[in-house]
Amino acid sequence: MNENSEYILETRNLNLYYGNFLAVADVNIKIRRHQITAIIGPSGCGKSTLLRAFNRMNELVPTARTEGEILFNNENIYDPSIDPVEVRRRIGMVFQKPNPFPKSIYENIAWGLRINGFRGSKSELDDLVEKALRDAALWDEVKDKLDQSGLSLSGGQQQRLCIARTIAVRPEVILMDEPASALDPIATLRIEELMQELKKNYTIIIVTHNMQQAARVSDYTAMMMLRNHEDRSGTVIEFDRTEVIFTNPRDKRTQDYVTGRFG
Amino acid sequence: MTAITSSLRDITFEQQLAQRQRRGKILEIAALIAILLGIAMLLTLLVDVVIDGLPWLRPQLFTEFPSRFPEKSGLRSAIQGSIWLMVFTSIMVIPIGVGAGIYLEEFAPRNRLTEFIEINIANLAGVPSIIYGLLGLGLFVRGLGLGRSLIAGALTMTLLVLPIIIVTTREAIRAVPRSIRLAALALGASQWETARDHVLVYSMPAILTGVILAMSRAIGETAPLITIGALTYIAFDLRGPLDIFTVLPIQIFNWVSLPQKGFHDLAAAGIIVLLVLLLSMNALAIWLRNRLFIRW
Ligand SMILES: Nc1ncnc2c1ncn2[C@@H]1O[C@H](COP(=O)(O)OP(=O)(O)OP(=O)(O)O)[C@@H](O)[C@H]1O
Ligand SMILES: [Mg+2]
Repeated sequence: MNENSEYILETRNLNLYYGNFLAVADVNIKIRRHQITAIIGPSGCGKSTLLRAFNRMNELVPTARTEGEILFNNENIYDPSIDPVEVRRRIGMVFQKPNPFPKSIYENIAWGLRINGFRGSKSELDDLVEKALRDAALWDEVKDKLDQSGLSLSGGQQQRLCIARTIAVRPEVILMDEPASALDPIATLRIEELMQELKKNYTIIIVTHNMQQAARVSDYTAMMMLRNHEDRSGTVIEFDRTEVIFTNPRDKRTQDYVTGRFG
Repeated sequence: MTAITSSLRDITFEQQLAQRQRRGKILEIAALIAILLGIAMLLTLLVDVVIDGLPWLRPQLFTEFPSRFPEKSGLRSAIQGSIWLMVFTSIMVIPIGVGAGIYLEEFAPRNRLTEFIEINIANLAGVPSIIYGLLGLGLFVRGLGLGRSLIAGALTMTLLVLPIIIVTTREAIRAVPRSIRLAALALGASQWETARDHVLVYSMPAILTGVILAMSRAIGETAPLITIGALTYIAFDLRGPLDIFTVLPIQIFNWVSLPQKGFHDLAAAGIIVLLVLLLSMNALAIWLRNRLFIRW
C-alpha cells in the first residue's frame, strides 16, 4: 500500500447498475489526497450512485451491481477478499438529510468509536468525543448538554454532529452527499468553513447542486451528465481543477451547465 | 352562452355538495349509534358482573383454593397457574418471536422461501386458538409426554402468540427509518451491530407494547388450554413446571357451569379480577407507547 502517493482513490472502468439499468457508465477518475473534489451535474445523472460506490454503500440496494475497480491506496475495494465493513470505516459518509441517532449527543459519537474497537478508559473516551466535536466546530454549542438527544439539535447542528460522528472514527476519506442542502445559508457557510479545516487531515468528496458552493469549496470538480438520452446512463464528462471547470471548460455541455444555460 | 353554462355547472356542483354532506351526516349518526350500542352493551355487562361479584371480592378469593362450598372457594390455584403460565410463555416466546422478527426484517435474503415463510406467519396469526390446543395436545401432551403440565400449556401458548409477536416485531422494526441503518453502516458497523444497538433499541418500546398486548390475549385464552386438559380441579399450590395446573378463565368457566348461585357470583368476582388484569396490561402498553416511542 502506498499511503503517500498523490492519489488516494482511483476508479477503473467503473460501471454501476441497478438491475439491468446502467446508471453510471465507464468512470475513470483519480481523486487527490487531502483535496476537496466536487461532483456536479443535473439531477438523475448518477452523482449519488457514484459517491456511494466509493464506500460500497451501493450494495445495500438489493438490485445494485458494480463492474470495474475502485482502488483505495492502490487496493481494489471490490476485491472479494475485502470486507465492506472495513471499507466503510476508512471511507466515511455524511448524508443529505442529517441523521443523528436518537441517542445522546455523547453517545452519537462514542458508539462509532466503541464498535470500531475502542477499549480505553472513560476519560480517554471523553477526550475523543470532545476532540471530534471540536473538529466539527460544534463543541462550544453542545458542551453543556452532551447527554441531550441528538435529535434536540437544530438542523445545522445535527449535520455537524453527523460530521463529528464520522470524523471521530478517523476515516481517510469523507463522502458528502449534498450535506448542506437542508440547511440555511449561515449553517451552510459553517459547513463549508469546516470542510476547509477538515481538508488538512481528510480527503473530501462532495456532491452538490450549488455551483457557487462547488466553486467556493472544491479544488477539483467532476462534471457528470447523461451520455445520451437513449440509455440514460450518466458518466463523468469532464474532470479537472475547479477553476478550469468554471472558467475554461473543454466541454461545451460543462460550460452551459456551470453558467446556468443547461437544458 | 358561456355565462349560462358556467352558472348551470355551479348549481349542479352545489347540489352535489349538499347531498354529499347529508350522506356524511347520516354515516356519522350511524357510526355514533353503533358506538353507543357497543358501549351500552359493555356497560350492562360490567354493571351486572360488578353487582354480582363485588361482595365476593374479599381476601379469601385470593388465598383459598377452589372447594365444594362457595364461601370457602378462591382463585389461589388459578392465579398461580395464570401467572406462571405467562412467565413461562414469555420466557419462550419473547426471544423466539423477537428473534424471528429481527431475522426476517433485517437479515433474511429476499427470496421465495422467505416470502413463503412470511405469508404463513401472517396466516398463522389468524388461526382459531382451538387448533393450537389440538396441536399442543398431539405434540406436547402426548408426543413429548409432558402430560397436562404447566409446561405443555406454556408451549401451546407460545405457539399461539408466536405469530402475533413476530408480526408486531416486524412492524416495529420497519418503523425505524432506513437513514438510521445507513448512518450506522457508514460508520463501519456490521449488520448485526446495527441491528443490536440501533434498530432493536429504537423499536423496543413498540415491540414491548406488542408483546404485552399478545400476552393479554393469551391470559384470556381458554379453548386451547381446555383442549390440552387443563380443565381440572386443583386444590394445592403449583409445585413446578411439570405439575398439572389451571388458569383464571378456566376456573371461571368451571364455576359458571356449577348449579349453585354462590358459584355464579364467585365467577363474577373472578371475571372482575381477570378484567382488572387485562385492563392494567393494556394500560401499561398504552403508557409505554406514549412515553417511550421515538418520534422521528
Ligand atoms: N435504489 C435505486 N434503484 C433503482 N434505480 C435507482 C436507485 N437509486 C437511483 N437510481 C437511478 O439511478 C440514476 C441515478 O440516480 P442518482 O440518485 O445517483 O442521481 P443523482 O445524480 O444523485 O440525482 P440528484 O441530483 O437528484 O440527487 C437515476 O436514474 C435513478 O433513477
Ligand atoms: Mg443524489
